[in-house]
Amino acid sequence: MDLIVGFLILFGFLFFTGGAVGILRFPDFYSRLHPAGKLDTMGVLLSASALALYNLHPFSLANLLTSFKIVLIVIFVFLASPTATHAIVDAGMRAGLSPWKKGR
Amino acid sequence: MNSMPVKPSPPGKIGRGSPKKSPLPFLASFVLLFLLWVVLSGRFDAFHIILGLISCALVAHFSSDLLFSPEDFQGMPRKAVGFLAYLPWLLYQIFLANLHLLRLSFHPRMKYLIDPYIVRFRTRLRGDMARITFANSITLTPGTITISISLDGDFKVHAIDRKCGEALPGEMEERIARAFGQMAVEGAALNRNGKR
Amino acid sequence: MDSFFLICSLYLGLLMLLSLYRAIFGPTVLDRLVGVNAVGSKTTVLLLLIGFLYHRVDMFVDISLAYALLNFIAVLAASRYFQKRKGLHDELSEE
Repeated sequence: MDLIVGFLILFGFLFFTGGAVGILRFPDFYSRLHPAGKLDTMGVLLSASALALYNLHPFSLANLLTSFKIVLIVIFVFLASPTATHAIVDAGMRAGLSPWKKGR
Repeated sequence: MNSMPVKPSPPGKIGRGSPKKSPLPFLASFVLLFLLWVVLSGRFDAFHIILGLISCALVAHFSSDLLFSPEDFQGMPRKAVGFLAYLPWLLYQIFLANLHLLRLSFHPRMKYLIDPYIVRFRTRLRGDMARITFANSITLTPGTITISISLDGDFKVHAIDRKCGEALPGEMEERIARAFGQMAVEGAALNRNGKR
Repeated sequence: MDSFFLICSLYLGLLMLLSLYRAIFGPTVLDRLVGVNAVGSKTTVLLLLIGFLYHRVDMFVDISLAYALLNFIAVLAASRYFQKRKGLHDELSEE
């Protein structure tokens, strides 16, 4: 059980690491949004659901409720992250920032 | 869903708005809010439940117009089932594409691999819910971010390389069309519901 | 398992420092916003981990949920604000 949880958390942290490195390395902010908006979402999904699983271990009603709240966080992040990404991209489009093109 | 017996009009709805308003949006948002209340409060004694009932009724009364519109409820159960059947495929797709982006972001010669450009295309999906689902799915599938949707369904999508952009309007749109009970190709579907 | 969670929290803090670089030195305002968003989504998980470290998950999960909501609303409000202030010459292209 602990093994599965640890594996899921490490896998989620791999995605988090990719997100952080991608934010640092990509050339302009449109392409930076790709790792920021999605790899982080995937990291939250994996590590938070692993924590929900771990929390379930001494099974009781209170623990079930807490795990359900963690799942609620995951669902909320899944709804909110694309919306936030879209808001930032829209702001950039309207501010007139032009996207980075290859070969410049 | 329309043939449902008319519920008595909910309390707290006296003399405001049109009297013939459908009670379905109120009921749906009330049930949703109350479930959220129960999960978040975590106490099941009478005092907290009654407090939750009162506040959920108030909030649902004020904001049911914002959350749902009455035509959202046509064929609601089938749409919900279709959406649940669509979710696993979406998760799998998100996972695959996340791996692609992960490889891209660790690649030492990343700037030669990526090639950002903007795709424009027109969708055949109708209805706000289907379009929102499509836009959020595009944004969650890495390599692509929805920039804007016009009223008649013109999408502007920022793709990070050619491969992600070219795969775009295809399979995902068909699956969403199937999930929401709309035909993907005109005249190819047998069961069209006369919605919109 | 506690030491594992501790190491995970420290590592997450390191990743937040990396994202903070973008939030501080970002060339444009929107780059900073991207950095802040990334820090916020990592903080959600970090709060959960802190809850496991202190054995008070039932309390920290509420804080974490509130933080996720707050992060979302802050990013939305900030992006709307900068779009109003800087997007004067692209008003015609309605969505």
